[in-house]
Amino acid sequence: MGDAELDRMVPELNNILDWVEQLGEVDTANVEPMTAVIANALRLRADVVDADPLTGGNMRERVLANAPDAEHGFFAVPKVIE
Amino acid sequence: MTELTELGVAQIRDGVRGGDFTAAEVADAFNEAVAGATSLNAFITPTPEVAARHAALVDVDRAAGKDLGAMAGVPIGMKDLFATRGVRTTAASHILEGFVPEYESTVSHNLWSAGAGMLGKLNLDQFAMGSSNETSFFGNVVNPWRRNGSDVALTPGGSSGGSSAAVAARLVPAATGTDTGGSIRQPAAFAGICGIKPTYGRCSRWGTVAFASSLDQAGPMARDVRDCAIMLGAMAGFDAKDSTSLDLPVPDWEGTLSADLKGKRVGIPREYRMEGMDPEIEASWEQGKAMLRDAGAEIVDISLPHTKHALPAYYIIAPAEASSNLARYDGVRYGLRELPAGAGLQDMYAATRAAGFGDEVKRRVLIGTYVLSAGFYDAYYTQAQKVRTLIARDFAEAWDQCEIILAPTTPSAAFPLGEKSDVPLAMYLNDVFAVPASLAGLPAMSVPCGLNAQGLPLGLQIIGKELDEQGVLDAGRAIEARAGFTAQPEKWWA
Repeated sequence: MGDAELDRMVPELNNILDWVEQLGEVDTANVEPMTAVIANALRLRADVVDADPLTGGNMRERVLANAPDAEHGFFAVPKVIE
Repeated sequence: MTELTELGVAQIRDGVRGGDFTAAEVADAFNEAVAGATSLNAFITPTPEVAARHAALVDVDRAAGKDLGAMAGVPIGMKDLFATRGVRTTAASHILEGFVPEYESTVSHNLWSAGAGMLGKLNLDQFAMGSSNETSFFGNVVNPWRRNGSDVALTPGGSSGGSSAAVAARLVPAATGTDTGGSIRQPAAFAGICGIKPTYGRCSRWGTVAFASSLDQAGPMARDVRDCAIMLGAMAGFDAKDSTSLDLPVPDWEGTLSADLKGKRVGIPREYRMEGMDPEIEASWEQGKAMLRDAGAEIVDISLPHTKHALPAYYIIAPAEASSNLARYDGVRYGLRELPAGAGLQDMYAATRAAGFGDEVKRRVLIGTYVLSAGFYDAYYTQAQKVRTLIARDFAEAWDQCEIILAPTTPSAAFPLGEKSDVPLAMYLNDVFAVPASLAGLPAMSVPCGLNAQGLPLGLQIIGKELDEQGVLDAGRAIEARAGFTAQPEKWWA
């Protein structure tokens, strides 16, 4: 963010944070934080290669179809190690 | 054939089945309506050719005597948050402006399997973050409704504002929406239509651009309660690809729809009666009580003591999840890449996000990362999740006294575009009645109940027990049958 953007946004963010401070007044002693809104047992996927054909493997072209830059079948990024 | 655009989901389905008209004729009529309403800016990407192709498949099936699906021949609008294979999916953002998915979201896949067609991708608040549609990278949608004798442009609500405007203006018979903290119900109320958010887990989130994953739920927006019941049935269902999808059968909500509420108790939460409440909203709430009493229900006073703290808890939890979800937009695998000359990987991430995200998205990512940071995690995030537990407990205790809760959907009717966009906090307060049910994962719907003195629609909200969409739809039907809401915005757009 540039300075002009920060000048505008900092007071907005402070306002929002001041406002959420009111949560501190709620007595939450002995209250567990929510982990699941609807009780639901988590499942495990079948331990099989390509158990779901939609999300399985062997679709390199489709995975790379939206890449801003792809080379040799990989995602390409600027040099990371000098 | 313009009169076909006056028909809703059930009427189109029945007419196509009965041979009164073809799916192709219906698609043509709605495609024409979409093309003639560009000034509303309800669509980011119209897809008339997709609608025509879907319709042709239905007409071929019917001619061959095949069984037709629950939505056969019904063309709909698809909120541009659902990935649609081969059709760009933007989430109304610059960062996904050129994204063309290689896969189909489960919800849209289910709808096409039921015979629905796609008229196009509907505008929304950017990444579904907003309550007025003004955060869209593609410009705001305009509400087809106007105040009596005024041409001031009003918000269609948000985030599903393209959906609400398109249904109200008869550009589509129905549309998909998503609701994280009111994004189906508030725009439905502002546009005089119905919309239901089902129990969390009823509709798969797979292939829907993620905002706050513990809250996001898809649902239908349509002109009446029956149409919502039909479309929700087509959207919902277990999906192994979403780990929070509920492995339960989808009830026949349309088949068992009943406006008879004998033996039902309707709770009126006293904490929703806020100081300085708009008298017209209060009056509509009183009318809603009278309608449900007339339908055979008993009205009881209830308390949801933590209501006041739902909104601040939401504005910690939702941005926290958003900041985590949106970390995926890094300019590497899909979406926009900004690569200044000589930039390294970190510079590329920063430049891509600076250019690709709008102000409201940046605000929420910053708030979210802040409340999740090591020094503040317990004070903000853990405390908010504890308050969320208390809000869910409030509802659980209320169900000892009632089966359904009635409340206003919004604190006001649709407001002028630009009125709240300069003060983020003022915009957030618009979701005050919608957020508690979202935090508790409960089904909730908005149904139009009448017009205010300025001629704008007002909505009533019905909240139900988890998995009791039927109870919510039934109470919605009871209100609808008594409110007799048939008003339509006068056509001014082109």
